[in-house]
Amino acid sequence: MKASSFGYARPASLAEAFALLARHGEGAKLLAGGQSLIPSLNMRLAAPELLVDLGALGELEGIAPLGQGLRIGARTRHCEIERSALVAERAPLLAQAAPHIAHVAIRNRGTLGGSLALADPAAEWPACCVALGAQIVIASARGERRVAAEQFFKALYATELAADEILVAVEIPPPAPQARSVFLELARRRGDYAMVGLAAQANRTDGQLRDVRLVFLGVGAIPVLARHAMAAIEGKAADAAAIAAAQHELSKDLSPNGDLYTSAEAKLHLARVLTGRALAALAR
Amino acid sequence: MNDRIAPDQLAPAPRAEERKPAPAPVATRGYIGASIPRANAKRLLEGRGCYTDDIQLPRLAHVVFFRSPHAHARIKRLDLQPARAQPGVIAVFDGRAIAEYCTPWVAVLGHLKGIKSPPQHAVAIERVCWQGEAVAAIVAETRAQGEDALAHVEAEWEELPAVTDMEDALSGRYVIHPDLGDNICFKRELVTENFDAAFAQADLVVEETFGFGRHTGVTLEGRSILADYNAAEHSLTVYHATQAPHMMQDIFSRHLDIPEASVRVICKDVGGSYGIKVHVYPDEMATAAISVMLRRPVKFVADRLESFLTDIHAREHKAKIRLACTKDGRILGFDLDDLTAIGPYSVYPRTSGIEGNQVVNLTGGPYRHKAYRAKMHVVFTNKNVTCQYRAVGHPIAVALTEGIVDLAAAKLGIDPAEFRRRNIIPDDAYPYTFPSGIKFEKLSHEQCLDKLLEAMDYRALRAEQARLRATGVYRGIGLAAMIEVTNPSPAFYGVGGARISAQDGATVRLEPTGMVTCLASVTEQGQGTDAIFVQICATAVGVSVDKVRVMTGDTGVTPYGGGTWASRGAGIGGEAVLQAGKALKSNILDVAAAMLGVDKATLDVRDNAIVDGATGEAKLPLAEVGRVGYFRPDTLPMKFQAELSVTRHYTPREYGFTFTNGIQASLVEVDTDTGFVKLLKHWCVEDCGTVINPILVDEQIRGGIVQGLGAAMLEECVYSPEGQLLNGSLADYLVPMSGDVPDIEVAHVCTPTKQSELGAKGVGEAGTAGAPGAVMNAINDALAPLGARVTDQPFTPERILRALGRI
Ligand SMILES: Cc1cc2nc3c(=O)[nH]c(=O)nc-3n(C[C@H](O)[C@H](O)[C@H](O)COP(=O)(O)OP(=O)(O)OC[C@H]3O[C@@H](n4cnc5c(N)ncnc54)[C@H](O)[C@@H]3O)c2cc1C
Repeated sequence: MKASSFGYARPASLAEAFALLARHGEGAKLLAGGQSLIPSLNMRLAAPELLVDLGALGELEGIAPLGQGLRIGARTRHCEIERSALVAERAPLLAQAAPHIAHVAIRNRGTLGGSLALADPAAEWPACCVALGAQIVIASARGERRVAAEQFFKALYATELAADEILVAVEIPPPAPQARSVFLELARRRGDYAMVGLAAQANRTDGQLRDVRLVFLGVGAIPVLARHAMAAIEGKAADAAAIAAAQHELSKDLSPNGDLYTSAEAKLHLARVLTGRALAALAR
Repeated sequence: MNDRIAPDQLAPAPRAEERKPAPAPVATRGYIGASIPRANAKRLLEGRGCYTDDIQLPRLAHVVFFRSPHAHARIKRLDLQPARAQPGVIAVFDGRAIAEYCTPWVAVLGHLKGIKSPPQHAVAIERVCWQGEAVAAIVAETRAQGEDALAHVEAEWEELPAVTDMEDALSGRYVIHPDLGDNICFKRELVTENFDAAFAQADLVVEETFGFGRHTGVTLEGRSILADYNAAEHSLTVYHATQAPHMMQDIFSRHLDIPEASVRVICKDVGGSYGIKVHVYPDEMATAAISVMLRRPVKFVADRLESFLTDIHAREHKAKIRLACTKDGRILGFDLDDLTAIGPYSVYPRTSGIEGNQVVNLTGGPYRHKAYRAKMHVVFTNKNVTCQYRAVGHPIAVALTEGIVDLAAAKLGIDPAEFRRRNIIPDDAYPYTFPSGIKFEKLSHEQCLDKLLEAMDYRALRAEQARLRATGVYRGIGLAAMIEVTNPSPAFYGVGGARISAQDGATVRLEPTGMVTCLASVTEQGQGTDAIFVQICATAVGVSVDKVRVMTGDTGVTPYGGGTWASRGAGIGGEAVLQAGKALKSNILDVAAAMLGVDKATLDVRDNAIVDGATGEAKLPLAEVGRVGYFRPDTLPMKFQAELSVTRHYTPREYGFTFTNGIQASLVEVDTDTGFVKLLKHWCVEDCGTVINPILVDEQIRGGIVQGLGAAMLEECVYSPEGQLLNGSLADYLVPMSGDVPDIEVAHVCTPTKQSELGAKGVGEAGTAGAPGAVMNAINDALAPLGARVTDQPFTPERILRALGRI
């Protein structure tokens, strides 16, 4: 397994990167942590003529406050998010999810932007961004635009990003005072992509759950917002009856495909189990 | 040295720490039983290993293979010319071109009566029989250029029906090789005289069908070969990641028509084998043939995708087993019906009939029933070939036996440990002939069971299990007793006509400086063979371990032998080293006696010196014997010739196999909502006779158990009904990772074999043999109160949820 030959460029500015993308069009591929792209080159699933390494673009790095919220640069590595005190305080869902992403060595290199741009249906960050109501900041020679995470993921491995665009950052709104979050995932081995996962967020007031967001990974082509289940629990205390109702509604939200080891039926069952556990945890 | 090595009388293991001198010489008492660190570990950890792929020769070419995308198809058109025109391409060959230089083979053995298989070519001609079979070879300046050119091969196919289901294969609805008449490669039936009566008089007969997934060995280093043909000499040097260099020397010689003496096989460092690297692979034979054709060195290294498609697979079995017993829990007999599928060819030269044969031989292994009936079919299918992989047949036989034993115990309401105690062959019953015909020299099932129950605190675990169950926590405890085939005699392959050596040899030489060099025919795959040979050799000669260098894996240098397989390296190769070392010591003493003018019987070699045997007083450093022996033999008596180099060989003769035994236990917790199983703890007590190096033995057991856990929980080569492998990467084919492995406690009972002076039995496969059965029984123990049972490995959450009726 050897990659076919390709060119390599390491632009020093976004403008230079845009120029390279303009010149090479579909033949260029952005390189971030390389943890997904390089294996796909070696397996000859992709054969770009040019890799445009984002490694020298300082403006894509780092975690910073944005009002009471957060802005996380696209090149921020998984391990930085995992260890950030600011993230733990303002977007704890990300901190809860991070340890589920692959293994330490991969988290040391893989990036937030790479994960979102790749849009693996079983990846953690896409579901978390949808659950958190994040905005994805996209730049190109034409300027900058923002897309809600909910709109960003289009289809299997397909996003809003055009070939000449670069994902530069993610903006996360400030958490509500009573916000709670929980991230649950089932994987055959620690660090594997999720069989089924759930990023859940809610505000708990007077024993009731409000603004509930339940976003599943590993059960569809993109992160799935479970609107019926969310409606079933909205404004309720997470008692057994309400949880059962939400679990019941899930079949309207999810129509998972089976994978190599797990049938669609089993995935729906497991999604129900995670829903029960997540709601109980949010209410606790 | 003592005449017999008694490990329990030895001093505690000398510790070697970083930067300290070698362990203190304890040669007189011996290093046998001491955890001496392996000399090669540091070299490998510092990245100074040299694997086959590290070798670069002038004019080296690289070969890549165009492989069949179909499970079964006729090659309608194959156009290699567009590939030939690509940059860096040196040559392109189809199957016919290669066949001019490499004759086909048929993998059958005389003692597997009726076994049949069609001729197999290095590169397919006209027809492909599994996805991944090599169809053309492209030779290029670099591997990357070769892979670039692969995309330019043009092929047209006529797809043929693919037989992928074992039962479908057995039915013969579509025959893969019409010349053979049916899809049955091999079958065996066996029944003891008393069988019908035993089952008729039984109070209870239990029956269950078990399924075993296909899996593979996943060696860290892929299969690798560098063949270097020298036209001037008509000689071939092959650098090969193999377990059996002499076997390969013979095979290269016969199939490429080069005199055996002109073929040299050299194993550099080998990065794990587990049986994967003891077989003849068509792409490796093609590589050697291409070196002859092009008269230049050619390298092939299987990448991970090729490994999954073409490294031998193993295990795919479906077996029905019945057990008959009395109501007080005495087993009367077993009844087995096993079906296994091996792909389209029996694998050369060991055949693919052995695993099924082992299942027949070993089922019921630890127990003292008298009645046995077995039926077994090995069928061809259009999937990758299967053959001998670590523990060959044992994990199947153990899981079948132990699964049905637990079921019988449960039906009778007898505790599974107690049920086993009533039925295992007693420790004083040996020698013992088992109903399948195999013979046991001496086993220790009772001692092992006692030791296991004590180590795991069985009663306390049972009490805790009951307590937790009341709180909705489902824990399970599973036991699996086992026997293991080790130290095989020629009964394994040689009697069937295979040119596979069951004997091994060692040459031990005193160097002029007092160092000792040991050349051994058993090979090193990373398991630590070199290390134990150092210990045995140092002990036998009377030197410290830092004085011994071991060299293995070179047919041009070492004595002739079988290499590494069937847990034989320590027991057979080790005995050869011991005998050679003892003989060298005797010859050293002859020289010293001549130099000192004293009676040889008064002298001994200890701590790198000639000493007075009675007082221990130092007489001569060994280096002085070396100096005189090699440079000043003129000072020795006339007619005296120093012989400071000795070769000895060893073959086990008395028993066909030296069986070992042991028992494992697994503790698991099942999440009954998700079907996930948490492996909490694992225990193994086993008896490999003399323990030469406790750390190496324990880690063999642990590593073996981890492969067994993989079989039980994760690993399976999944094929579509059309014969497409669906999980050919490490992202999809799941092997256990350290985080998923529980603590494994290992303990030993020591019953040395009396067939050799060393007394060592094998240990390499015991872990893999017993672990899947133990885990299966633990899961079923956990599920028992819910009325659920699983019998198909691997035990995925899906299968457990289905058993529980949750989906
Ligand atoms: C063994 C293994 C296990 C893994 N397990 C998991 C897991 O459990 N969960 C998980 O989420 N991930 C997992 N991953 C993937 C890992 O998280 C990757 O790091 C991540 O998916 C991609 O990030 P990257 O920075 O490495 O991107 P790269 O591999 O460099 O790029 C990925 C894709 O994104 C594009 N891209 C990268 N950055 C940008 C950008 N700023 N703008 C536009 N396009 C961009 C690239 O062109 C490419 O197409 C695993 C990887 C491995 C090797």
